[in-house]
Amino acid sequence: MLHGYLPSLLHGLALSLGVALCSLAIAALLGLAGALARLSRSRVAQRIALAYTTVIRGVPDLVLMLLVFFGGQLAVNEIAARLGHEDYIDVDPFVAGVLTIGFIFGAYLSETFRGAFLAVPAGQREAGLACGMSRTQVLRRIELPQMLRHALPSLSNNWLVLVKSTAIVSVIGLSDLMLRATQAAGNTREPFVFYAAAALGYLLVTSVSELGFHLLTRRLALPSRGARQP
Amino acid sequence: MNFAPILESLPLYLSGLLVTLKLLLIALVAGFVAALPLSTLRASHSPWARLPVWAFTYVVRGTPLLVQLFLVYYGLAQFESVRESVLWPWLQSATFCACVAFGINTCGYTTEILAGAITATPVGEVEAARAMGLSRTQVLRRIVLPGALRRAIPAYGNEVVLMLHGTSLASVVTLLDLTGAAREVNSRHYLPFEAFLTAGAIYLCLTLAIVALVHLAERRWLAHLRART
Repeated sequence: MLHGYLPSLLHGLALSLGVALCSLAIAALLGLAGALARLSRSRVAQRIALAYTTVIRGVPDLVLMLLVFFGGQLAVNEIAARLGHEDYIDVDPFVAGVLTIGFIFGAYLSETFRGAFLAVPAGQREAGLACGMSRTQVLRRIELPQMLRHALPSLSNNWLVLVKSTAIVSVIGLSDLMLRATQAAGNTREPFVFYAAAALGYLLVTSVSELGFHLLTRRLALPSRGARQP
Repeated sequence: MNFAPILESLPLYLSGLLVTLKLLLIALVAGFVAALPLSTLRASHSPWARLPVWAFTYVVRGTPLLVQLFLVYYGLAQFESVRESVLWPWLQSATFCACVAFGINTCGYTTEILAGAITATPVGEVEAARAMGLSRTQVLRRIVLPGALRRAIPAYGNEVVLMLHGTSLASVVTLLDLTGAAREVNSRHYLPFEAFLTAGAIYLCLTLAIVALVHLAERRWLAHLRART
């Protein structure tokens, strides 16, 4: 039915997932840094983090990706030329895609994490400090684990949006699921079949992720009173 | 940075801005009009009404907008019957296909937002209206929908912003929207930073304007839910 293009599509799906997971790692780091900056006492850090989240969330991901890809190409070659390098350097679309998506979702996750940090009762931190822990210890052992539980619903939402955003890396030439579907569609003249197959691939990833997050939420939920009847 | 060629291309950006706004407006209106009946079905008790709508929104929300756009623009042309139908002259136009794909996409999200707002209607309101002798359609039109539309404003504002950003994909199917204009300027002058930063700045202004409008709407229609200070 897919004229032997199934392995190619599956490779594309694996690459899309790779982009999504690498982006998530970057986004989580940036998000954590952004949230801590927003909650810090330093005015400068607060302002920078606020500007980051506002600007990034106000601009379409495609525009940012084109900016990073084409702009990055120019900047890298200019810097290389200044350093005495003569050959032309190509920016890898995988790197450009992962950096852009990670950078975008870092802004969304910093809002998620900020809200989740605020949801941890202040008494927890105070108790940790009173026990003699340092501020980093309190952050790592007390606040971070509890924050994650509050962040989970929004994290799952952002992950689903991120997976769907990875489709646009095909625009800068990365042979992900979308681009492979396009190639197969061009060769076989059956575009509907192959774009529907791509849609099914994304639907599979989002469905499995949703199920996974559902199980994780149940696993991490606090045992609530009255949930178990004697 | 060399912004002189950008200034020369301002008319291109302006026409791109108009295309973006046109796509956004058509998609939002079409999506909203279709979402009104769909959301009442989605919130109904009957599984025969609820499940088909759920399946539709599940597929729309589970796949990328780019795939949906390609399915409409490139995919439909695969079928002989489509190419011979009366709709074919329209389906050949990228603008029409973009409007259809964006409209379906925002319809899926809007349906879920409105259905959530309808489900959140306090039971007492409906009971009181029924006790006053209002019929089911009257309850829906006078009690449930007005309340639900108000409650949906914040989430719908988010959806409008996301749709604005989604319209940038129109540039992938050859349309000269705001992003398309920036790509055109970049390929003409090879000034990626200037070209895309300009487009980004315009998108940012549009986003902030939408956010401000949503705030005004919330003050106007959600005043009773505002935290008292």
